[in-house]
Amino acid sequence: MAYKIVASQCTSCSACEAECPNVAISEKNGTFVINPKKCTECIGHFDIPQCVAVCPVDNTCVIDTSFPRYQPPGGAA
Amino acid sequence: MDDSSTFDVVTAEPLDDIMQKIAEHKGCGTSSSGGKASCGSSDGPDDMAPEIWEKVKNHPCYSEEAHHHYARMHVAVAPACNIQCNYCNRKYDCANESRPGVVSEKLSPEQAAKKVLAVASTIPQMTVLGIAGPGDPLANPAKTFKTFELISKTAPDIKLCLSTNGLALPDHVETIARYNVDHVTITVNMTDPEVGAEIYPWIFWNHKRVTGKEAAKILTDRQMQGLEMLTERGILCKINSVMIPGINDQHLVEVNKAVKSRGAFLHNIMPLISAPEHGTVFGLSGQRGPSAQELKALQDSCEGEMNMMRHCRQCRADAVGLLGEDRSAEFTTDKIMEMDVAYDLESRQAYQSAVEQERLAKVAAKEAEMETLSREDVDGLNILVAVATKGNGRINEHFGHASEFQVYELSSSGAKFVGHRRVDLYCQGGYGEEDSLETVIRAINDCTAVFVAKIGHCPKDSLLAAGIEPIDEYAFEFIEQSAIAYFRNYLARVKSGEIAHVARGDADIRQGAFISA
Repeated sequence: MAYKIVASQCTSCSACEAECPNVAISEKNGTFVINPKKCTECIGHFDIPQCVAVCPVDNTCVIDTSFPRYQPPGGAA
Repeated sequence: MDDSSTFDVVTAEPLDDIMQKIAEHKGCGTSSSGGKASCGSSDGPDDMAPEIWEKVKNHPCYSEEAHHHYARMHVAVAPACNIQCNYCNRKYDCANESRPGVVSEKLSPEQAAKKVLAVASTIPQMTVLGIAGPGDPLANPAKTFKTFELISKTAPDIKLCLSTNGLALPDHVETIARYNVDHVTITVNMTDPEVGAEIYPWIFWNHKRVTGKEAAKILTDRQMQGLEMLTERGILCKINSVMIPGINDQHLVEVNKAVKSRGAFLHNIMPLISAPEHGTVFGLSGQRGPSAQELKALQDSCEGEMNMMRHCRQCRADAVGLLGEDRSAEFTTDKIMEMDVAYDLESRQAYQSAVEQERLAKVAAKEAEMETLSREDVDGLNILVAVATKGNGRINEHFGHASEFQVYELSSSGAKFVGHRRVDLYCQGGYGEEDSLETVIRAINDCTAVFVAKIGHCPKDSLLAAGIEPIDEYAFEFIEQSAIAYFRNYLARVKSGEIAHVARGDADIRQGAFISA
């Protein structure tokens, strides 16, 4: 799985962009999007996903179940 | 005869009774356009060290005096924020909404620098560039400092300032000093974490979302540390506090002591703006803002060794112009990118020196008028008067065109600016031309008189019915000089028994959004 941003709720504040440890977030057509190929759900980096923690609108950065769960290298998780 | 009863004091009628009378005498509507100035301390050069006066004299947000004459602009280059406040909702952007934290478009540092040049070339009295959001400038340090760097190269005469919640402040004080940012505003709503937990649901700190008292403790520690670091370096600090009745209103007296002891220059206590349509936690929970007299009482109680700011207009993070006016619509990104801007430092300086001459004339006129006011005649009496002005310290606005009124307190110490009241029409529906006079009367109900350049018969009668005397005989004259002259005349009329001194009631503070910018 990866995280995704609910476009209709995004205020475009860009706070998540700077916090993402994977540089997976960028601006597209006025709101921010997460590249699911780069998203690691912050596993191995932080206790909680940084986009979720910093986003000013609750339930805007959410799990996208259409992607398989991220597997850290070495299979620690 | 008892000396204390020199004046007959008549108790004011409740606001609703007055509104009933006005409803019976239906007044003419007002349409608001144009704007006024206002943000800062009321002190002039006599009350201040010369080096501080030099820093604030043309900064509208740091000097009440300056706000009549000089303009500022904010560039919205800092969208991200690192804390959540219960009075803020970033999602809302009605085109005419006017609250801090709301903008119509965000800018890159390069666009911002171009915009500053375009505005400075069009408005020669624009002397200050601030970065105030719409998020927190220090949660966007790269964009904020890049903007300062670009502007300090192309327009070196413009003062730079920023406004922050303080969480990241200690990390950036060195950089702030390096870019010659000589004014920093910190929003401090509490120093007690118990109070803070009611205002801040969370902060983003060390890669975690921290909540409750723990969050408030970290925030207040960082704010106080940042304030101390700035004042040690001689950077002027203004403290903004949002007055939230029942949550921090009493506590702000403690906040005032805490920031004063750490060298803050100016304290700006602002009313909470709270309405359900803003979608903020406070707006939705029905948390009310203070009345005009509650705000004034708190400001008065904090006034002592520290300057209180009463001219803040709680402007947007992309505001342009004199305080109280917003010319940002003239400078949208599309428009500024098309502009061919030539920065003319010389004509800006010429304009500003003309402004200084006008200011000196204004101060001289006020002092001359003061000499005619005898302390015995005043006998401890004081009144408030409202003034319709477009700026330059003169009574130069038509009653019906005023989108706000400036309020002066008249007493034995003369005329003192104590606040302003917005009277523009609101987004909240139901208000039409017919009701706008009622809005004005509610906003200046604590005033004995209203000074205007011109006023129609119809609103004149409505004001008189509400017990507010409309005064147009000082049209286009200096505000303070005229107010003192009026006060002298008022005292004489009270003494002769021609009129009775009436203790006025309370007034409303605007809560809704603008519908006319």
